[in-house]
Amino acid sequence: MMTKVLLMLLSLALAPSLASTSAFSGEIARKTTLPNGLTLIVAERPQLPTVHLQVTIRAGAAADPTERRGVANLTAETLLQGTTTQEAQTINRRIEAVGGSINSGADRDFATIGLSVLKKDLGLGLEILADVLMHPLFSEQELARKVAEMKARLHRMEEEPRQVVQLAFAEKLFGSHPYAHPVEGTLKGLEAIRRSDVQGFYEAFYRPNNAAITIVGQVSLEEAVSRVSKALENWKPVPVRRPSPTTPPAVRAPQVVKIDRPISQANLIWGHLGIARSNPDYYALQVMNYILGGGGFVSRLMDQIRDNLGLTYGIYSHFNALEYPGSFVISVETQNQNTNRAVSEIRKEIRRYLEKGVTETELAEAKAYLTGSFPLRMDTNAKTVRLLSAMEIYGLGLDYPEKYPQWINGVTAEEVLRVARKYLHPEQFLLVVAGDQKEIALQDVPEIRDQKPEVR
Amino acid sequence: MNRFIFIGLLLFLGFLLLDLGSRSLALDSRSVFETTLANGLKVLLLENRKAPVVSVQVWYNVGSREEPLGKSGLTHLGEHLMFRGTARYGPKMFSRVIQKNGGQDNAFTSRDYTAYYSNLAADRIAIPLELEADRMTNLLVDEQKFRTELQVVQEERRLRIKDDPVASLYEEINAVAFKSHPYQRPVIGWMEDLETLAHRDFQEFYKTYYRPGNAVLVVAGDLQRETLLPLIEKTFGRVAAGSPPPRIQVKEPPQEAQKRVVLQRPEARLPYVALAFHVPAFPHPDAFPLEVMSHILAGGKSSRMYRKMVYEEQLALEVDADFPFNSKDPHLFYLAAQAMPGKTPEAIERRLQEELLEWERRPPDPEEIERAKNRIEAGFIFSQDSIFSQAMILGKYQTLGDWRGIEQFLPGIRTVTQDDLLRVYRTYFKSGNRTIGVLIPAGLSR
Repeated sequence: MMTKVLLMLLSLALAPSLASTSAFSGEIARKTTLPNGLTLIVAERPQLPTVHLQVTIRAGAAADPTERRGVANLTAETLLQGTTTQEAQTINRRIEAVGGSINSGADRDFATIGLSVLKKDLGLGLEILADVLMHPLFSEQELARKVAEMKARLHRMEEEPRQVVQLAFAEKLFGSHPYAHPVEGTLKGLEAIRRSDVQGFYEAFYRPNNAAITIVGQVSLEEAVSRVSKALENWKPVPVRRPSPTTPPAVRAPQVVKIDRPISQANLIWGHLGIARSNPDYYALQVMNYILGGGGFVSRLMDQIRDNLGLTYGIYSHFNALEYPGSFVISVETQNQNTNRAVSEIRKEIRRYLEKGVTETELAEAKAYLTGSFPLRMDTNAKTVRLLSAMEIYGLGLDYPEKYPQWINGVTAEEVLRVARKYLHPEQFLLVVAGDQKEIALQDVPEIRDQKPEVR
Repeated sequence: MNRFIFIGLLLFLGFLLLDLGSRSLALDSRSVFETTLANGLKVLLLENRKAPVVSVQVWYNVGSREEPLGKSGLTHLGEHLMFRGTARYGPKMFSRVIQKNGGQDNAFTSRDYTAYYSNLAADRIAIPLELEADRMTNLLVDEQKFRTELQVVQEERRLRIKDDPVASLYEEINAVAFKSHPYQRPVIGWMEDLETLAHRDFQEFYKTYYRPGNAVLVVAGDLQRETLLPLIEKTFGRVAAGSPPPRIQVKEPPQEAQKRVVLQRPEARLPYVALAFHVPAFPHPDAFPLEVMSHILAGGKSSRMYRKMVYEEQLALEVDADFPFNSKDPHLFYLAAQAMPGKTPEAIERRLQEELLEWERRPPDPEEIERAKNRIEAGFIFSQDSIFSQAMILGKYQTLGDWRGIEQFLPGIRTVTQDDLLRVYRTYFKSGNRTIGVLIPAGLSR
């Protein structure tokens, strides 16, 4: 019976071996640098009369000064709120009148401006884009409006259990590192920010030599160079010095943070520090984590905690690999009363992983998914523009789609075990639990019985 | 991630992905190939070679609308159970096989339909066809699997509804807005109904609705029709026809009185107010002006509600106007706003009502109408960026009636006039046809 099933699957699944990496044998995009130092990446996709464009500036929340948490995102968002020649409302009306859209914001490591227009409206789009990039007004009134909005967003996070637990986890794990706060900033930071801070942040980082523009759509590299050069020729480079935050100290002993909320599920995050995107173990960890809890329905955590035990709707593990080392997290929601059970199951799975490693079947299936699903990461122009931008910002190179499968396929079972043992720390973790603490009655974590948990 | 109920997206984040695609698509009868197998399965194929991938989707014409009284949530639970294995492909195999072939699969349930999809490299197209055809009638779900999955769904309900104050508010609004139609019940099901669902309920449900004649197979992407059709015959063609499921006819009586629900939640932080009005859906001609109206009110930052309530008055953090253009039976037009900190629910409610009165005092001008139409039309073109959403739109239109209805969409939008916009306003936006939902953070003094 079992053999029959397996044979059937083998014949189905392994017929044409490892998936469509051949899709990338050609050039996926072309890249050039304009005279002012701006990097331009273009993927011509002639099928649709549309253009997706993203400006990526190395000016993310990681560059927020300690006393001004939130300035990076405020700068990015206020960019669209008026220039020396047009008001916010005018910008919105003009771009939306042609069915286009423009938006901006900060991520951890970079800020982005996204523009989507029909090809025929690219001229209008570039004109508006150049204006907001080079002549933002940052008026007191618009800044006050945005600060109020950011405060409201922070306030709203307090009613979303997942956000509550994420915020507390990051704050505790990263301490004084800028990854500790959401990109929106902190209430204190937002209150301290003055117009001069935003203006200064903009002057320091919004420079062509600190940015890249990625364009995907009905545009050739030649056309893009000519149109973007013309639109942004007056954007002047200056030397950019980016701050490098010091790495936060590792979690040395189990720590627990409890947050009491009148809700029916405990939302919990178990984790510790992870890796930077540049870490050479990144690919081995992708494979390792896919099998542990990154592989959706086929991961061990999902299989055991959802499918076998019915304890949750979803459980995931994730390495947030950023410019600086990010976090490793396992996150899950379960009925308050089942929290201890879930924590103990998570710890059991990690211990088993560290003792026994992975099977050859698990390894082969993880690699097949990671390499075979790459085409789905760029099957739309909207996804392609984001992928190409991330490839540029993290220095992965335009041949990344070809290299990625090689790196993944080179990972061995021994290497998976090695990186699991190196980067998973079952005895040195931070556990944050939000929910009804009376019903949760957290107890089943032997190492922390003697420790006093932090209660919020 | 998996086994989502899309109702969440449809209702609460109506402006997100589905909307981008759902109302608009450059499909014409020449680009879609249509056939019906001998067992009644409708097949729609759309060739699109922009990327070397395909989306394979099976749409079943059953949603929470079909659930008997006391059995709410059965359709959605059934969607979960479809991943619990058959004799040929054991438990947990579906996603495993798709993923080890580099694919991604998922499913969703709405009030009107249940759909399953796999997106993967074009050269693997045979795999989801085989798996989907197999689980259409060969599912093996024992009592134990049923119980475990029921627990998963209960956790899902806690996650999505119980601990989400805004989602809870919409559940309350729908429960009172409809007096007899099953649309009053949540897709995920009432907890009390979930607790009493039995294994045999599912078995009977599965036998009744999972039949080729009650389904649509949509394949879009980099496909060769000549080789694909024999594959479909070889897989789905072998599924026994079965008998057609019963068709439910329900007509919601007209609303006679204004209704109000007030939900107090201690964990909520910001007040939220929604107004809901009974309105018709496509193919009713009024669906087109209602669609344009929703864009003029809250589509983008130049819309009326965003410009005034969010930008100028800083009364709301977010505004929304959501109209389900496609619905089997008439549903609701929602107008909603989430308050900025310090603003009262009363102020938000007053302001939403004023915004509606303003529709007649200052009817939409030609520029506003044109902008809304251009947004909808550009959305039409942008939606073709994704073969997944193209297949979604085909599946949805076909399940709710006929995929050719898509062709009426843009022409219908283009002909909307100011008179149409005023007419639908006067017809549907009356106080007696209104349900008001108010979320009050319990800590907030009134």
